[in-house]
Amino acid sequence: MEDDAPVIYGLEFQARALTPQTAETDAIRFLVGTQSLKYDNQIHIIDFDDENNIINKNVLLHRAGEIWHISASPADKGVLATCYNKTADSKVLTCAAVWRMPAELEPGGHESPEDAASPAHALELLCHLDHPARGSTACVAWEPAGDGKRVISLADNHLLLWDLQESSSQALLASSASLEGKGQLKFTTGRWSPHHSCTQVATANDTAVRGWDTRTMSQIYCIENAHGQLVRDLDFNPNKQYCLASCGDDCRVKFWDTRKVTEPVRTLEEHSHWVWNVRYNHSHDQLVLTASSDSRVILSNMASISSEPFGHLVDDDDLSDQEERRPEEKSQEPPQDSVIATYEEHEDSVYAVEWAAADPWLFASLSYDGRLVVNRVPRALKYRILL
Amino acid sequence: MQERFMGDPSSCELKGCWAKEGEAAGRPVGPDPLDPTDLNGAHFDPEVYLDKLRRECPLAQLMDSETDMVRQIRALDSDMQTLVYENYNKFISATDTIRKMKNDFRKMEDEMDRLATNMAVITDFSARISATLQDRHERITKLAGVHALLRKLQFLFELPSRLTKCVELGAYGQAVRYQGRARAVLQQYQHLPSFRAIQDDCQVITARLAQQLRQRFREGGSGAPEQAECVELLLALGEPAEELCEEFLAHARGRLEEELSALEAELGPSPPAPDVLEFTDRGGSGFVGGLCQVAAAYQELFAAQGPAGAEKLAAFARELGSRYFALVERRLAQEQGGSDNSLLVRALDRFHRRLRAPGALLAAAGLAEAATEIVERVARERLGHHLQSLQAAFLGCLTDVRQALAAPRIAGKEGPGLAELLANVATSILSHIKASLASVHLFTAKEVSFSNKPYFRGEFCSQGVREGLIVGFIRSMCQTAQSFCDSPGEKGGATPPALLLLLSRLCLDYETATISYILTLTDEQFLVQDQSPVTPVSTLCAEARETARRLLTHYVKVQGLVISQMLRKSVETRDWLSSLEPRNVRAVMKRVVEDTTAIDVQVGLLYEEGVRKAQSSDSSKRTFSVYSSSRQQGRYAPSYTPSAPMDTNLLSNIQKLFSERIDVFSPVEFNKVSVLTGIIKISLKTLLECVRLRTFGRFGLQQVQVDCHFLQLYLWRFVADEELVHLLLDEVVASAALRCPDPVPMEPSVVEVICERG
Repeated sequence: MEDDAPVIYGLEFQARALTPQTAETDAIRFLVGTQSLKYDNQIHIIDFDDENNIINKNVLLHRAGEIWHISASPADKGVLATCYNKTADSKVLTCAAVWRMPAELEPGGHESPEDAASPAHALELLCHLDHPARGSTACVAWEPAGDGKRVISLADNHLLLWDLQESSSQALLASSASLEGKGQLKFTTGRWSPHHSCTQVATANDTAVRGWDTRTMSQIYCIENAHGQLVRDLDFNPNKQYCLASCGDDCRVKFWDTRKVTEPVRTLEEHSHWVWNVRYNHSHDQLVLTASSDSRVILSNMASISSEPFGHLVDDDDLSDQEERRPEEKSQEPPQDSVIATYEEHEDSVYAVEWAAADPWLFASLSYDGRLVVNRVPRALKYRILL
Repeated sequence: MQERFMGDPSSCELKGCWAKEGEAAGRPVGPDPLDPTDLNGAHFDPEVYLDKLRRECPLAQLMDSETDMVRQIRALDSDMQTLVYENYNKFISATDTIRKMKNDFRKMEDEMDRLATNMAVITDFSARISATLQDRHERITKLAGVHALLRKLQFLFELPSRLTKCVELGAYGQAVRYQGRARAVLQQYQHLPSFRAIQDDCQVITARLAQQLRQRFREGGSGAPEQAECVELLLALGEPAEELCEEFLAHARGRLEEELSALEAELGPSPPAPDVLEFTDRGGSGFVGGLCQVAAAYQELFAAQGPAGAEKLAAFARELGSRYFALVERRLAQEQGGSDNSLLVRALDRFHRRLRAPGALLAAAGLAEAATEIVERVARERLGHHLQSLQAAFLGCLTDVRQALAAPRIAGKEGPGLAELLANVATSILSHIKASLASVHLFTAKEVSFSNKPYFRGEFCSQGVREGLIVGFIRSMCQTAQSFCDSPGEKGGATPPALLLLLSRLCLDYETATISYILTLTDEQFLVQDQSPVTPVSTLCAEARETARRLLTHYVKVQGLVISQMLRKSVETRDWLSSLEPRNVRAVMKRVVEDTTAIDVQVGLLYEEGVRKAQSSDSSKRTFSVYSSSRQQGRYAPSYTPSAPMDTNLLSNIQKLFSERIDVFSPVEFNKVSVLTGIIKISLKTLLECVRLRTFGRFGLQQVQVDCHFLQLYLWRFVADEELVHLLLDEVVASAALRCPDPVPMEPSVVEVICERG
């Protein structure tokens, strides 16, 4: 707790896929999926011990193929979805499936890492999320705050909404929508909005960002040319409606109001290469993380467009031990958008960054060379936000 | 005595002796006037002196000083005796003189007595003469008085007839003078019937006279001077001044308003026929001249009216003046669009000059100030106009350049080169700036009447011309140029890259030379005396440099993007798993090299070469060595051996530890090598990221190997540090190997053969 130094964990394989275990609210836990063409791929369950600054890991085998995307169910700790590559007959197919972790692992790391390596457990397949058209699935997103029954997947130019039934052992295609247009349109990523009782989904294809209504499966807005080049990632502000962040190959991060899509509200241009990931903090949405292939992770403070009114405390049940310090020093200057910190622990392109689900001051970033870095928000800033 | 004593040589000696004693006693030289031991001092105390001598001197010296003192005293005694003798002699001779004077005075006394008796006799005679003449004198005085009175009476009796005659003849002035002379007398003696009659007659005539005068005054056709005369006479007749001055001003107003409406008619709705110079001339001679006359006459006539009268005139002048100014401003507004400053300045000069005369007469009306204000406003507007036309000229230049760049090249004949275009733009802008400066400079010419106003000496030069026009233009130029960097069409289509390059060079040239040249020129032409802060050259230069840097960086991005897109398409659209064994370098790589060469040529036209890292004498061999077997083993061979999957990462990480982090979109420097390095970095990093997203078959990997080697062969020469190209390409091949389930690299020699075949 005294130390703000980052904690680094190395995987044996290349890796791109990272997700926090969304349903877990006590332990700080991340799931990492590896990419290897020659060996069995793995899912590393990374438990971070905040008290002792120690990482505990468990390894699960994912024999189906190399993992390109991973997402954990918001309702069931043991359930997760992956997008993986299957190579067959000199063809590469990206499929998606829902998996369950073996039960004995769920409480989290009693085994020592050495033991875990040899008798690796395998994931239990629950169901495939495959479309008859057999497009390559780019991304799977769970309905946030839902009961873990609804999932969307993006396959080529199709937006598919699935209903998982019988404790996820069966997936039923509820509805779908397709993107029509000239050329080969392909969704790159999608994100489910936590607002409007989870009826909205945003997707990205090429340079455009589109919003969809899941009830009618129709397009509700479209930001053409949201970025100069490919859009890599999206995220919704969890505390403020209509706020959407996007990032892409033009090195920029843009913040949008989906009601007025002609102009971005703010634009950040801090990275020197493509930005692959953008994430709002769940509790303090002025904190925005971005990961880029310039090997950097940048934490920005977007106070001017956050939901948190200046000087007002939103999240006070989280850290009650700071209670007594609150009355002092209320009179600060109005918030300024600024870069808080640039994290340079990675040596290779960083393709994923995620906030921990259980602790709003902690995040993990993953670079291609398999290095996972757990970092904290600088203490000074944390106190400034809390007090 | 004292003085002589002091001046005596012996006393000097005494002094000298004492001084020596003082020195001997270790005292500071230079007598202290309060020192009791100073023999010559006023505060000399013999007891103290003796005491001191006795205490401080040894016996021998005491003896010496005693003999010395005795000798001196003796000498002083003899001196004193001589002096007493001399004084005694003088005293005796003075006694003699006094005695002689006593005798002379006695003689003088007698003569004075005689003089007194003679004077008494003369007085007596004189008194007798004046007594005899007294009587006659009185009579003469009385007669003279009677004569004068009679003359006056005669004048009075004749007055009515004279007045009538004068009125008939039209000699109003004479009549008024007569009346004025008689009025007081008649007033005084009006209780006498005869005088009363005369007074009545006079009053009748005077009334008639006044009426006639008024008549003439109202007809008013005869111009201001005659009117003024009428008023003067009427005033003399005792008419109420208040009413008169009202009437006078009303008349003047009528005339001046005519002038104004004539001017307004000239203004007209249609484009004005007479030029602005003629207009102000006419206004100056007609209206302003008339106003001057009126003001002068008024002040002469109604000077007695005091401040109230002056105030009335001032209000009158102010009202008419403001209407005149409104007309002039309307006329000047029509000039704003014009390009001829000299005519405008001359017109303003006339206008301002003419208004100085009434300005001096009527300081309270503030005409001169208002005129100066108008001139200042016009000058400001002119500055704004010039700034706009400069900006328009700049935009025009840019359009020309765009056209020249977009014009289809006729085969075999190169269009104008970039350097030539740049020179054209630079000279054209500079000449525009100079022309603007020259035409604005007319405002401050010595012979122009308003050039010595504080505004034109100070603020106009510094804030107006230097800041507003020149600095404003340079700033707007930078802004316009920068706007190309963040134009909405980010895909790079909107602005031709060559234009970005050209603008960047232009801004850089401004930074190095042109800005300081222009500002020096301005400062010389407009000797800026104003102390108000002005933008320093360095700030402007920094802005220009920043603009140049942004433009160049944007150029790099745009060009890098073009090549990146090519590479990306080529990686994304190909089926790498089932590709055939490579026989050739893919066409897209040749295209990349060609395009890079073209960019190299383009940048080379405008930017200097720049510095590279020192190269080994044998570059081609070194490029090859990257793929030589030993390096290859170390680089990605271990990843094939299943035993040590960790080693790959370890090795690549270790290697990265020793190489510097590559900032892909890093700012560029102003030279060709840096620009090309930036473009190549962007392209190769794109290639790397794209390769990582694909899966390769054995031949796919080999194709990547061939392609990378080909790029290696041709790209190293463009960049500052060829190691950079090696690193990036190494990483591409390594990544491709990792993304290949069956990595069997091609023999380096085969790779080389394929690449050499082209």
